[in-house]
Amino acid sequence: MKHILGVLVENNPGVLSKVSGLFSRRGFNIESLAVGVTEDPSISRMTIVVKGDSYIVEQVTKQLNKLIEVIKVEIISSDSVVRELALIKVGATPSNRNEIIQIASVFRANIVDISKGSLTIEITGDDQKISALVDMLKDFGIKEMVRTGIIAIDRGNRVIKVSGAK
Amino acid sequence: MRITCAQAVLKAFKEEGVEVVFGYPGGAVLPLYDALRESTIRHVLVRHEQGAAHAASGYARSTGKVGVCIATSGPGATNLVTGIATAYMDSIPMVIVTGQVPVEMIGRDVFQEVDITGATEPFTKHNYLAKDRDDIPRILKEAFHIARTGRQGPVLIDIPRDVQEASIDFKYPNKVSLRGYNPTYKGHYNQIKKAAHAIATSKRPVLCVGGGVISSNATDEVLELARRIKAPVATTLMGIGAYPSKDPLFAGMIGQYGSYSANKAIKEADLLIVLGARMGDRATGKTDEFTKATQIIHIDIDPAEIGKNVSTNIPIVGDVKITLRELLKFEVDREDWSAWQDIVEGFKRDIYTTRQYTQGLDPVAIIKELSSLCSDETILVTDVGQHQLWAGRHFEVNRPRTFISSGGLGTMGYGLPAAVGVKVANPDRQVVLITGDGSFQMSMAELATIRQEGLSVKIIIFNNSTLGMVRELQQHYYDGKYYGVEMLGNPDFSKIASAYSIESVKVEKETEIYPAIRKILDYEGAIIGEFSIDPNANVIPVLGRCSDETYIRRIG
Repeated sequence: MKHILGVLVENNPGVLSKVSGLFSRRGFNIESLAVGVTEDPSISRMTIVVKGDSYIVEQVTKQLNKLIEVIKVEIISSDSVVRELALIKVGATPSNRNEIIQIASVFRANIVDISKGSLTIEITGDDQKISALVDMLKDFGIKEMVRTGIIAIDRGNRVIKVSGAK
Repeated sequence: MRITCAQAVLKAFKEEGVEVVFGYPGGAVLPLYDALRESTIRHVLVRHEQGAAHAASGYARSTGKVGVCIATSGPGATNLVTGIATAYMDSIPMVIVTGQVPVEMIGRDVFQEVDITGATEPFTKHNYLAKDRDDIPRILKEAFHIARTGRQGPVLIDIPRDVQEASIDFKYPNKVSLRGYNPTYKGHYNQIKKAAHAIATSKRPVLCVGGGVISSNATDEVLELARRIKAPVATTLMGIGAYPSKDPLFAGMIGQYGSYSANKAIKEADLLIVLGARMGDRATGKTDEFTKATQIIHIDIDPAEIGKNVSTNIPIVGDVKITLRELLKFEVDREDWSAWQDIVEGFKRDIYTTRQYTQGLDPVAIIKELSSLCSDETILVTDVGQHQLWAGRHFEVNRPRTFISSGGLGTMGYGLPAAVGVKVANPDRQVVLITGDGSFQMSMAELATIRQEGLSVKIIIFNNSTLGMVRELQQHYYDGKYYGVEMLGNPDFSKIASAYSIESVKVEKETEIYPAIRKILDYEGAIIGEFSIDPNANVIPVLGRCSDETYIRRIG
């Protein structure tokens, strides 16, 4: 079972290592971890995808909260806006280039680079959408792929904010 | 006022009430040592940095104050590591200051450089690399605050040498602002109410108390609760001293090496009340066989401990003392004692009977003799091994902070330096160390500290010329195929003592036990008493003596 955690942390050097170190030493599996600064430059937000049952998620949440530089931990519900960005470099010849571009457009992906032997596609979406595109492109030969890991935000007025932290 | 950051550290120590630091100098802490020289704070020079950390930990455990130690960069810092981890596992408040190479040199693998914040991250409550001089006062303030509040623990501050030398306008903050740190002290009212109801309607309640009761100074509240609800009280190793051993409701220590009565009480309870204990594996054994209780109340200041090892149906996050005070306002009193009385009375039989040892003395007889000759004020420090468990089970401890031992990490070599810290903190009290020949040799160098500081520590060595605990494990689990446990190169401990001009006494006959212990306790000054105990003496009683599956557990 996958769970998405939204984690507000102090934007200090070393926080990332404290968080990732906690996962490895407590035996929790991170599927992805994305981090960036928030609207408040002193705070970074991590989106962490964890695999495990409810016991694991409870432990992860509690252990994260124990880190002094972790300000807030929330579980993001599965119906939230969940996005990941991937860049996929796929082998392309003059004969199949159009076919690839058509597939990309069905997925509303962008062609961001083109050369004689390759096309680079940028796609944004949830895990399923990206996996579906990757599946379609496999036959053309994927030369390289890079993914950001997912970021997520709750729908509606719900926000993760500092006030009343922990 | 312009002062150096090194001076600022010492000023901050003063502000925080620090009276003594344990340390060992080196190149990267020269500015700090120069500031120390000018300061009124006492410096105790140890003989190995690990000793400094253990001494600070012993100081903290026996007083409840934050223990402070200092070491230089690189090997100085890594030598502290075992001491820091020991304190972390037992939630002991400490502030550790290490020197670091100058800021510009960090990351270049220069002489005596090590990433100590990276290394200690898993077993410090928090740590800092103070690269900016202006952060020093804030970091010191935060470090002491974090160390002594919430679930206490060690906090390390790594300060590059050039930062120590840099000047700042010193102003010590009067409060901390940590938005990510706000421990819960007051338990939730509804949960406390639920707990009160569960207690009042229970038939066989039992208390299980851990080190958290001692950290939060909640021993009076626990005593009141136990008496009002008529519940037997079991302790973990860290909880020894949280409840008076002489009280009729005291059931003893739980766990693999605990007492029959404590384990049986927990097993037969219908309601288990866990107070400031983390229910570690050595305390519970297999968690599914641990207790038949259908209701478990767990009060702890660290939410992460609740439900971690034993599932709980009434969790209460809060300080044990504050939460118990709230709980005691409810009508928790239970008059009906019948369902429990017979069982509890039955527990009380002392399952220990003196055994005939032919190759040496009976260690338990020595501890019982010692216990009968010590007052409640005596602080007993132990090392780690068989002697620790014999002491835990048979030494009568009636006051909190008078049983000092490495619980969670089980650090051999803890005892002697910890006793240094305890004696420095309690110069007017009797401080007795029980150690083994193995543990003692791990930190024997601290005898020099004892001599230099003139500390009157009473050292009792149980010498069986073997690593007894490991030997016992090999006996039970490897069919007595002993390997790597014989200590054939042991020194003559009385000669070691005399090399440091320390008094000593050697005991080989049963009749010498009493006069020797008298001499050890009455002698003014440090003294080593070496007792030749039988290497066949085990902690686990011989199977069949009390063949209860809860008592003799395999290691899980």
